[in-house]
Amino acid sequence: MIVPPLYYIALSAVLFFIGIAGVLTRRNPLIMLMAIELMFNAANLALITFSRVWLNNVGHIFAFLVVTVAAAEAAIALAIVVVVFRQAPNVDVDQIAELKG
Amino acid sequence: MITFATLSIILVASAVFAIAAKSPVHSVVGLLVNFMALAVLYLSLSAEFIAFIQILVYSGAILILFVFVIALLSSGIGPFNVGPDRLPKLLIPGTILSALALGLVIRMLANTSFTPEPRIGIALGPIGAANVFGSIGDFGRALFTLNLLPFEVTAFILLVAVIGVVLVTAGESHAMPPMKIHRKARKREAIVKEHH
Repeated sequence: MIVPPLYYIALSAVLFFIGIAGVLTRRNPLIMLMAIELMFNAANLALITFSRVWLNNVGHIFAFLVVTVAAAEAAIALAIVVVVFRQAPNVDVDQIAELKG
Repeated sequence: MITFATLSIILVASAVFAIAAKSPVHSVVGLLVNFMALAVLYLSLSAEFIAFIQILVYSGAILILFVFVIALLSSGIGPFNVGPDRLPKLLIPGTILSALALGLVIRMLANTSFTPEPRIGIALGPIGAANVFGSIGDFGRALFTLNLLPFEVTAFILLVAVIGVVLVTAGESHAMPPMKIHRKARKREAIVKEHH
């Protein structure tokens, strides 16, 4: 039952880059947000693994903080998505260019 | 090791499904499986409280928020499938780029080692015991003594998020009526097309 910690870190890296691939390739804002949540989770997995390796629970505190930030980010981003989509229903992320200089 | 292998297969498969699924609802289901499996993985790292938080906040709150937004946006116009689904020009370069970066990270990890190798993946004590590493008591003591400032910053972040959401959504109530007419018109067009 003993697993080398590097396996956990490698799994975390795999999940993180799946999230990056999602952000890079998809243009549906909801799925991009979900990919960002995947990346948050991957970072959390790395934090908790290192926390377990050094038996130091500051990593848990940090993971808790990350969860909070992820919740706040999801709330604000989804509010923005709702506002944008109500004004222009057939928009994709690249067409939202009103702030472009 | 068997647990870890099974969980990692579930995690990777559900993550790929979540970013490759056509409709956002399918992505939410994939993400739900992902978060649950991750909570079990946290338990195997003896992080009980974080596993609990993972299920409560991610699967409970954030995913429900996603489902709610999908339902809200697709209320008048059928299943939510607006916009081009993916960027065709970036599909292959994006995948190759992230696979390349992942390869670099894995290569770097392969050259790393911990000395002495920690005995990870075995339980430190019975689940639910009071003072084991990662239990709720342990986490709470760390949170409210040494790390009280981060905890209060957390509260402030949530407050700012609430104010931000209210500010973003408050100003757009005048923009609503034309949108509604537009949606109804589209719906009527679809019905008319069906009748012909």
